[in-house]
Amino acid sequence: MAELLDFELVSPERRLAKAKVAMVVVPGVEGDFGVLPGHAPMMSTIRPGAIAIHEADGGPATMRFFIDGGFAEVTETGLTILAEKATPVAEIDVAAVATQLAAARQAGDDAAIARLEAMQAAVTN
Amino acid sequence: MPSLKSLKMRITSVKSTQKITKAMKMVAAAKLRRAQEAAEAARPYSVRMAAVMASLASRVTVGPESPRLLAGTGKDQVHLLVVCSSERGLAGGFNSNIAKLARRTMDELLGQGKTVKLLFVGKKARAPFARTHKDLIVGTIDMTHIKNVGFADAKSVADEVVARFEAGEFDVAHLFFSTFKSALTQEPTRLQIIPAALPAGGAAGADASVEYEPDEESILADLLPKNLAVQVFRALLENAASEQGSRMTAMDSATRNAGDMINKLSITYNRTRQAAITKELIEIISGAEAL
Repeated sequence: MAELLDFELVSPERRLAKAKVAMVVVPGVEGDFGVLPGHAPMMSTIRPGAIAIHEADGGPATMRFFIDGGFAEVTETGLTILAEKATPVAEIDVAAVATQLAAARQAGDDAAIARLEAMQAAVTN
Repeated sequence: MPSLKSLKMRITSVKSTQKITKAMKMVAAAKLRRAQEAAEAARPYSVRMAAVMASLASRVTVGPESPRLLAGTGKDQVHLLVVCSSERGLAGGFNSNIAKLARRTMDELLGQGKTVKLLFVGKKARAPFARTHKDLIVGTIDMTHIKNVGFADAKSVADEVVARFEAGEFDVAHLFFSTFKSALTQEPTRLQIIPAALPAGGAAGADASVEYEPDEESILADLLPKNLAVQVFRALLENAASEQGSRMTAMDSATRNAGDMINKLSITYNRTRQAAITKELIEIISGAEAL
């Protein structure tokens, strides 16, 4: 299949990625969904989690970003993700996340716990 | 006639002032470039955000059950003016232009019998109000420690505004900042941020088949605070660029003024020196003639 998806990942500070890819898997609030070329237009909010970008058709995920909540917009031509904060999964410091998670558990900060657990899950997957 | 020595001292002093203003101009120019790049890099996000808001706005009708950030409190008695200025002076008319616009709006609102509250981001615009309307100031957000504005900083400002709104402190909020046109012109701007002024959905026809997950209202409720943060972020970036642009222009003309002054002082110095020599010569000659 020659057709590719226009994918754009932007954060408020800068555009992080702009590429033509085969598929992107997005963690929507109501469940993960994959976006392929020709996907019906939709808008969805994103829960904290990793987006997986498959550059080659049928290939493995080549790029993974951890998105700290945001918004996905699928149009006829492509997919745009507005992320408040996005970190390449490879750059996540596992040890730092673990200590932060322990601190959040101690403080009973539910939002932070959910966020950091999602971050850990993104690294292990 | 000032003495030769004092003239010489003044020339030296103006020369070192010129060196300082020249250096400040150079620094401002470098910072301006960085600020412009930051503003440029932030553009895609705010453009997309505006587009999403517009398409949502065309789907949702504003009613009493809409989120309050969009529908407002139904009153417009208490106005909050969020005035963004810089932390440092010596930037030409930058801070006073923003303060002037804010003051005009304030006077207008007060004249209509409304209540006005002032929130400052950056301390420079605060001083003129602190003298005359100290009781109206509800807070100042210090930005001294921030070198380059990040989204997190804008978000904390937006969060504070939203928290005050939720607490029922005001009904309408305006944001004051300076729009960057070029290094020479910056325009003080007023923007209503609460209730959110949604762009009229122009391209509504194309999105008719868009699916929303979850439904439009929840997305809108989620996006409104984000949109506010984006607007504040944009304002802060514009402000940062305007400040540097304004400082650059101001320091450029200060450098030129110093140059003019040095020229004038040098002429006076040379004339005085010549006059002194002539006088001495005349004294010697007339002394010799008298013998």
